Amino acid sequence: MPGTSRPSLLARIDFGRNETLLVLVILAFSAVTALVAPSFLSLPTLFDLLRNSIVMGIFAIGVLLVLISGGIDVSFTGIAVFSLYTTTLILTRLGVPVPWWAAFLLSIAIGTALGLVNALFIAGFGLPTLIVTLGTLSVIRGVLLTFVGSTLISNLPVGLKEFARLVMIRGTTAEGYFFSLPWAFAALVGVVAVTWVLLQYTTLGRSIFAIGGSPESARRIGIPVRAVQTFVYAYVGALAGLAGIIHASLARVANPFDLVGLEMSVIAAVVLGGARLAGGYGTITGTLLGVVLIVLVNTSLILLGIPSTWQMVVIGALILVGTGVPAWQARRTALRAG
Amino acid sequence: MPDVPAPFIVLDHLVKTFAGVKALTDVGFSIAPGEVVCLAGENGSGKSTLIKILAGAQAPDDGTITIDGRVHHRLGPRAAVAAGIQVIFQDFSLFPNLTVAENIAFSTSLAAGSRWVRRGRMREIAAAALARVGVTIDLDTPVEKLAVADKQLVAISRALVSDARLIIMDEPTSALTEREVRALIAIIRRLKGDGVAVLFVSHKLAEIFEVCEKIVVLRNGRKVIEAPAAEFDPATLAFHMTGRRFEPAPPTPGSTDAPPILEAAHLTRAGQLDDVGFTLHAGEVLGITGLLGSGRTQLAKALFGLTPIDSGTIRICGRDIAIRSPRAAIAAGIGYVPEDRLTEGLFLAQSIGRNIAVGRLDAHAGFAGILDRPAYATEIDQWLERLRIAAPDAATPVQSLSGGNQQRVVLARWLATNPKILILNGPTVGVDVGSKSDIHAIVAGLAAAGMGLIVISDDVPEILAVSHRILVMKAGRIVDTFAGGAIGEADLARRLAS
Repeated sequence: MPGTSRPSLLARIDFGRNETLLVLVILAFSAVTALVAPSFLSLPTLFDLLRNSIVMGIFAIGVLLVLISGGIDVSFTGIAVFSLYTTTLILTRLGVPVPWWAAFLLSIAIGTALGLVNALFIAGFGLPTLIVTLGTLSVIRGVLLTFVGSTLISNLPVGLKEFARLVMIRGTTAEGYFFSLPWAFAALVGVVAVTWVLLQYTTLGRSIFAIGGSPESARRIGIPVRAVQTFVYAYVGALAGLAGIIHASLARVANPFDLVGLEMSVIAAVVLGGARLAGGYGTITGTLLGVVLIVLVNTSLILLGIPSTWQMVVIGALILVGTGVPAWQARRTALRAG
Repeated sequence: MPDVPAPFIVLDHLVKTFAGVKALTDVGFSIAPGEVVCLAGENGSGKSTLIKILAGAQAPDDGTITIDGRVHHRLGPRAAVAAGIQVIFQDFSLFPNLTVAENIAFSTSLAAGSRWVRRGRMREIAAAALARVGVTIDLDTPVEKLAVADKQLVAISRALVSDARLIIMDEPTSALTEREVRALIAIIRRLKGDGVAVLFVSHKLAEIFEVCEKIVVLRNGRKVIEAPAAEFDPATLAFHMTGRRFEPAPPTPGSTDAPPILEAAHLTRAGQLDDVGFTLHAGEVLGITGLLGSGRTQLAKALFGLTPIDSGTIRICGRDIAIRSPRAAIAAGIGYVPEDRLTEGLFLAQSIGRNIAVGRLDAHAGFAGILDRPAYATEIDQWLERLRIAAPDAATPVQSLSGGNQQRVVLARWLATNPKILILNGPTVGVDVGSKSDIHAIVAGLAAAGMGLIVISDDVPEILAVSHRILVMKAGRIVDTFAGGAIGEADLARRLAS
């Protein structure tokens, strides 16, 4: 690159970054979809995309934290469904109308408590994170369906119904199509902002990166590794509780069979966003782009008239390419360096 | 210089027992401010235990540690740091994913108990620490992108940030080239000038003399000698460490009329090897030396098919053989003991037996590929005995063995496949003096039995001790060839560094 002339915009783009790759894939997907189905390029599509990203986005931020810390959590969907269903059941049984935020606090509290159970096994007994969370996922879901309930609650408590009706933006296009964005979106924005500050500007957040980079070194320089891990799993639990109750509110039903099964898509979104399963790496921007891509694939395939079972094939292919290409490049560089 | 400076730290009658085995018995010595002390000893001599006690990771069963006149019966990790003791472990304990600045300043912000990250302050602290060491490294580079020597400098800088008064360096030179070792020694001198004491733990004997004022030798958990460095020479130091005498006997010259078993010509690989050619005779030990990046490791990898050559020919026993993969190399009778045995050469968590026999599974496969267990077990026991591998039994996991014994397990694996040619890359890196001499004897024995061996090493005394012929590599080319015994240590070291 000549040092004197200002590099062109194209030359300044860092193609080695996962985020860049994701933006390009997202643009390509949108372009193809828009060519086949021109109605894709519209405000209603955009707002659908944003609305569909809320729950997955909150989950993904939680997963990002766990992956950075060098662990993995597959139990968060179980925690979410347990929190949302138990909260709904308690409020319905109480019969007293409570405001939406009280329901949220209750669900978040339940989620945090379940996250602490994970933390007990992982930070307390030092067990492998995948094994622990696979176990707790199964136990949490089993306890929910056996002891709490297995029937749909379609008449949600008043607070949650009201929350679903809180609309942040609404409007009608020139063609007469209606679009809206619920206030629930603000929850995602809030979670992103809080987590960003946490990861970038607090000693706790940097400790999470440090533990993911090298747990042994972290211990040696005096980072309270167990305390940080406990925080991470509790935080994921809290986010799962929040995502769960938002999901129930927006879906206008508390379904105990819901959400579980989504965990692999969420982890896929975070990994596509550049977080490494080995720990220590991951960005919020990448994670959000990963979520957008996966939600976009789901939406655009429907618009393109491709059967929804193809989603799995496409997402799988994206993971293979998205994580395979950087790994292959890294290996080639390493070989050349010898 | 004052005649007797008040010591910074005094260790007195330290005792540590693990499950009834005494790791340390009545060990005591002192370190003055700005003094450079070397702690020498073989694996299992108690060095690591002593480091852990000083770092506060373990408490002694008996004895005292006096720092600046204050008597402690034990140190916690925080107390050790507060007293100014910093340990630089062999793996440096850095965070590969964080930047240089963050790695250096992390512990200070932890110690200050601050909840918020102040990047500006972090960079200032890091820049000041690097300046004190006298090096410049980009503050924003992630540590995983740094070379080993730079990682070590980052670790040293981090130690200084915490107001270190004693820096303990565990095997600081094992991954460095000669030139980097010189730079490190200059830095240690600089720290000494600042009044920082250094406790240096090293196997590489030559380097110990240059930088240390005092040497403390441990053997079997006891201090066998503590004396000014000037009173030692390599032979006496090796004697104190092992309790054995070593005769640095040069190898008996191999007969030159033995048939060539490996003839390499015009080996070239873009950017790594440039027209390399040599001949290896049966019963010969060929030493190849060069600095890191000279192509010595690339040559070994090319011969073993790990990074195949772009052009050139390899003839084995007079036949042209294309070596495109390790499988082809093994089929042609080549064995390769890699530089980094931990990641490339061993299945660490598995037993010694499995590690030895894994290259021979085919030979013990009987009807329908089912393993003939008794034959397999007998062979493993023979190798344990032949190479004198010190282990309770063949079921012991390799990761619990010392460096010297691990290296013997890798050797046993290859010898079990009965190769014609054995390539040893850095055969004694991280191996103690006693085992080193044993491994050299094994190499000589194999050559005497007719095998052709290539020993690659940047350890000049080692190359001189084992080789019949020596090739010097630089920038992917062979630049010099010497007959063993035709060049001295100082001359060869100079040829390498020039």
